[in-house]
Amino acid sequence: MQSGKIVVENLYKVFGDKPQDAMRLLKAGESKETVFAKTGQVVGVNNVSFSVDEGEIFVLMGLSGSGKSSLIRLINRLMDPTDGRILLDGQDITRLSQPELVALRRRDMSMVFQSFALMPHRSVLENAAFGLEIAGVGRKERETRAMKVLEQVGLAPFARKSPHELSGGMQQRVGLVRALAVNPSLMLMDEAFSALDPLKRAEMQDILLDLQRGQSRTIFFVSHDLEEALRIGTRIAIMEGGRLVQVGTPQEIIENPADDYVREFFKSVDTSRYLQAKDLIDPSAAGLVVNGYPANHAELDKHSWVACVSKDHKLLGLLGRDELRSEGCVPSERCVPVSPVAPASCLPDVLQRLLGQSEPLPVADGEGRYLGVITATSVLSKLSAHRLQSAH
Amino acid sequence: MSDFLHRLISNPHDFLPIGEWVNQFIHFLLDHNGGAFDAFGRAVDLFAESIEVALLSLPPWLIMGFFIGLGVWRLGWRFAGFVLAAFALIFGTGFWPQTVSTLALTLSATLISLMIGIPTGIWCARNKRVNTLVRPVLDFMQTMPAFVYLIPAAMFFGLGRVPGILATVVFAVPPAVRLTSLGIRQVNKEQVEAGHAFGCTSTQLLFKVQLPIALPAIMAGVNQTIMMALSMVIIASMVGAGGLGNDVLSSIQRLDVGLGFESGLAVVLLAIILDRLTESFGRGQAARQG
Ligand SMILES: Nc1ncnc2c1ncn2[C@@H]1O[C@H](COP(=O)(O)OP(=O)(O)OP(=O)(O)O)[C@@H](O)[C@H]1O
Ligand SMILES: [Mg+2]
Repeated sequence: MQSGKIVVENLYKVFGDKPQDAMRLLKAGESKETVFAKTGQVVGVNNVSFSVDEGEIFVLMGLSGSGKSSLIRLINRLMDPTDGRILLDGQDITRLSQPELVALRRRDMSMVFQSFALMPHRSVLENAAFGLEIAGVGRKERETRAMKVLEQVGLAPFARKSPHELSGGMQQRVGLVRALAVNPSLMLMDEAFSALDPLKRAEMQDILLDLQRGQSRTIFFVSHDLEEALRIGTRIAIMEGGRLVQVGTPQEIIENPADDYVREFFKSVDTSRYLQAKDLIDPSAAGLVVNGYPANHAELDKHSWVACVSKDHKLLGLLGRDELRSEGCVPSERCVPVSPVAPASCLPDVLQRLLGQSEPLPVADGEGRYLGVITATSVLSKLSAHRLQSAH
Repeated sequence: MSDFLHRLISNPHDFLPIGEWVNQFIHFLLDHNGGAFDAFGRAVDLFAESIEVALLSLPPWLIMGFFIGLGVWRLGWRFAGFVLAAFALIFGTGFWPQTVSTLALTLSATLISLMIGIPTGIWCARNKRVNTLVRPVLDFMQTMPAFVYLIPAAMFFGLGRVPGILATVVFAVPPAVRLTSLGIRQVNKEQVEAGHAFGCTSTQLLFKVQLPIALPAIMAGVNQTIMMALSMVIIASMVGAGGLGNDVLSSIQRLDVGLGFESGLAVVLLAIILDRLTESFGRGQAARQG
């Protein structure tokens, strides 16, 4: 069995009165459109399998109607699946009885809504403490706990106000606090920031990332905004017409979009901003000298620079091609020490370094092992490749 | 069957004797369940009488003070001034005791209507089948001319307060049911989902999410129920329910325009006071839910 915080296996959700007819067609490989034309049943989720690791922010993306809300509601069983399994910490939640489900929702999961869904008759503090109140926590304790979380997001001075006296961004902070106050191991967020203007949205993303730092909480985040997904997502999943098209880290998806639908998403986004140093390495830009001896004599002539590394591949420095004597051994003292960048450095940092030096920019991992060099040419060719892909 | 054919032939314009069937049904009920009706009637009478006796035993200034206080709290000094003037007028024209009786009748009919109407409304909101069953009944209750209820009510319970109150209840229940059910069904889908997502049981969902959010609509239903009850208890004086209706009725019988005007004015003033006050409770809630 797969492991993970959430494991979804062959999940289906059909809306309508004859789901079994639709299931037969779906299992025979028919599409959502065909099923609707033949049976009138609406397919929300079609044979979806994936797993979410503990502690990650898993972002689910897709166009309107692709089944994101249905999928997130299947995970806390606001909807019952037509077929398939959902394992939460290894327990199949599709088989839970109503009381078990209520207990699970109180203990392990909470949700943040697009329209905030605050209770207008309750104060900010009472809203924040709602989950704890439902779970039967006494007034004193629940208000202390809710207050602590309100303080974390800077809402403590508004605790006694009514939600409608707050701006949209602040209301959603209350929604976030309500979900966090119960200290869930899984937080579900359905387009939680979509109703906010871009500035407020970015602010909320920062708050979320801040609150998530050092936590093992898992977040399942639905969004239709790719910028948002790339910004906060540990991994991104993309849905189309009820199916899962691709799952991967932001880099993986940018580098290898599974199909045109996924590529379409990136059209409006300047994906080059998400390029990292490791994506920009040009493997043929520099020769390699290991422990004083060229790794490949024939190759050396092609490069104007050579990277010198120790026996265990630690970077020692760079050396101009002219300095290299063809007869062999290179004394390490002669290398120019150039401090390397980390593989995850972002494009602006890389550009800044490149502009400030005449040598290429070496990349080394956390232990100082040499991975390759970045040159102005390699950056330019990567960027133009991205433009072409977006224009595709 | 031959009876029916005979009727069809002899009287082709009225061959469906629905009225007769209803009469027979009522008599059947009376003959076989008289005891049950009596007991029920006595219970209602006891309830209504205690309210009326209690209100009548209070000194007038206390009742007036209560309404004036409410007026200041909910609507400000201007309305409180109006309440004071209205009560002074009623008191001065000598209709105070009848007005208190009418108030008591309205109060008991409203309470009974709400005790029936709000739970029914909740049930309708939560169960589609109940809703489809109840709706036509409500339409029937509301559109049937109000006088028509008085006759069977009087047959079951004799003359007096009880048939008046029960006919009033039939008339005043529908808005309570409708607006309660509407209010609950209008609760935003995501708010209900939020309730579920945080682990509400269905009772918690009702009391912590649906009813509080539906409160403005329910208060509007209460307001309408009170207004309908007030208008009906006046009519119910025809079966001897008492109160201001008696004066209105005798003014008609005696063609006494002056008496009709004075008693009618008392009804209007009472209606305005009750309407504004109950409406203000719903509005306060609605503003918060903006
Ligand atoms: N309760 C329902 N009854 C019938 N069909 C439904 C229901 N809920 C969703 N659907 C259908 O299921 C499909 C997926 O809907 P869903 O709301 O999950 O999409 P979504 O990706 O969240 O879209 P959006 O971005 O607009 O929120 C749509 O075709 C929708 O019409
Ligand atoms: Mg959605």
